[in-house]
Amino acid sequence: MTILFLITAVVILASAVMVVTSRNLVHAALWLVSALFGVAVLYALLNAGFLAVVQVVIYIGAIAILFIFAVMLTRREMRDTGPGLNKNWWVSALTSILTFGGLAFLLSSWSGFSQTPAAIPSGFDAVSALGDALISPDAFVLPFEVASVLLVAALVGAVYIAFNPRAGDSPRAGDSPRAGDSPRAGDSRK
Amino acid sequence: MNFWKDPIQVTADWLMSLFTGWGMAEGLANVLISLLGIVILVTIMLVIDILLVWIERKVVARFQDRLGPNRVGPFGLIQPFADIIKLFIKENITPVGVDKVVYNLAPVLSVFSVLILWAIIPLAPVIIGVDLNVGLLYLVAAGAIGTLSIIMAGWSSNNKFALLGAFRQVAAMISYEIPMVVALLIPTVLAGTMGMLGISEAQQGMWYVFLSPLGALIFLISAVAELGRAPFDLSEGESEVVAGFHIEYSGMKFGWFYAGELLHAFTFGGFWGILFFGGYHFFGLENWGPLVAAAIVLFKALLGYWVIMWIKYTLMRIRIDHMLAFNWKFLVPLSLVVLMVTALLNTLLRGASVWILFLSMFLANALIAWITIEILRGRSRIAREKVEGSAQPVVESAHH
Repeated sequence: MTILFLITAVVILASAVMVVTSRNLVHAALWLVSALFGVAVLYALLNAGFLAVVQVVIYIGAIAILFIFAVMLTRREMRDTGPGLNKNWWVSALTSILTFGGLAFLLSSWSGFSQTPAAIPSGFDAVSALGDALISPDAFVLPFEVASVLLVAALVGAVYIAFNPRAGDSPRAGDSPRAGDSPRAGDSRK
Repeated sequence: MNFWKDPIQVTADWLMSLFTGWGMAEGLANVLISLLGIVILVTIMLVIDILLVWIERKVVARFQDRLGPNRVGPFGLIQPFADIIKLFIKENITPVGVDKVVYNLAPVLSVFSVLILWAIIPLAPVIIGVDLNVGLLYLVAAGAIGTLSIIMAGWSSNNKFALLGAFRQVAAMISYEIPMVVALLIPTVLAGTMGMLGISEAQQGMWYVFLSPLGALIFLISAVAELGRAPFDLSEGESEVVAGFHIEYSGMKFGWFYAGELLHAFTFGGFWGILFFGGYHFFGLENWGPLVAAAIVLFKALLGYWVIMWIKYTLMRIRIDHMLAFNWKFLVPLSLVVLMVTALLNTLLRGASVWILFLSMFLANALIAWITIEILRGRSRIAREKVEGSAQPVVESAHH
């Protein structure tokens, strides 16, 4: 277990360094995928199977793919030129060291820091426990629903931005099977 | 313990006593045995993959009223081995300007994303790699890695056609992931678990295809789209993007993509069989032993694969805007409605006998299908009237 953790940690850290130092933006995105995959492995090592799989589905399947798409569609040159550091590099270095040191100090003063975890009892289903917690009124049902409303709002907003009322005659026409070529049909009619 | 009752455990115990007899530590022996199991499973899958080439060529030949490979060996059975030897001795061309590491990694990831799926497939109650309690999500996660491999192949090839093909394929895969996930939730709701073993076990009395025929259909359609096979093979197109994302791959690197696609189709056929057609259950035949059960699962996988081939060689390729509209405006709403009705009925009829459940579920599905067809009819009538009504002015304006 410890060996696996050390290998994973080294892979995550090396990939993370490559993300910020790689000149090629697509390479940076692919290194990010590697780092995120490493985090999924960490979750799996911690017996959090659900989180591990969701990490792969959301971060690699959706977010990293979107990153790669965005990079490919927005830049003509995929290569960044110029220096990688500016003159304020020491400020960020100091901030990161202080943050890491503070977190490490806080964790080391926690009583559970040096304990080995208790074995999970057999038959314990973490996924159903998580599901119960998400919908039970005395646990997380309110944050869960607020997050859902937020996501729906984001979805509606994205549709509103993408929806071009001039392309079709009306929203109803946009639903019809001929809607696929409506922009061209609209142009030809003008 | 009898070998025929639990072959994997008996073999593992025997190997364990052998390894520890050599003076090996128990932990190391455990790791070695697991590794051996993985290697054997992967090898079996890749050997089946070789035969899938033969099956695919034979079946497409029959669909096209030909004989197919019939020269090398009996029924042309040696043909795929000849194909593989040809692929191996072909020149490995690496085009100028490719991104070497990404270019070579893409075919490996493509096959990898399929092979890891076999870790969760229950071939029998006792023959399963690992019974994950998030099995179905694992299926989706493996699909995410497949998507990644396609975009890596398309981008690293340094070819506009490859990139365009990859974009199209990835757009299709991302959008059809949504109806697939919703369709996967239907067996989850019915069985009350996401584990593959639990879903197989829960279908002892009644296969889920009878409880949710629409769910099975939606899963099949989105699986075909996820595979990028006809009618959704938009990454191909001889006159526009040639062969799509793998245009710059030659020799065995192309072979990996091809093998991955065939094995992917076979694997999704297997998932179709496990999720909706009872898994290893077949009229009590599975009680004869785990090896019989494994044969049943593989048989169902082949049947599912045959259906996917049937679709591929019967339907023509559809246009990309039609394909995306079909997904977002038809498949996603339909799958959500089916899921909600299934969940509601399943909760209302908790404790009822399996036949009442079957009757009401089946009727509900038939009702949804009928309403859908009626709505589609109305829509197409409106669209047709619009086209026929507006055809006149368009022609006139063209005359001006």
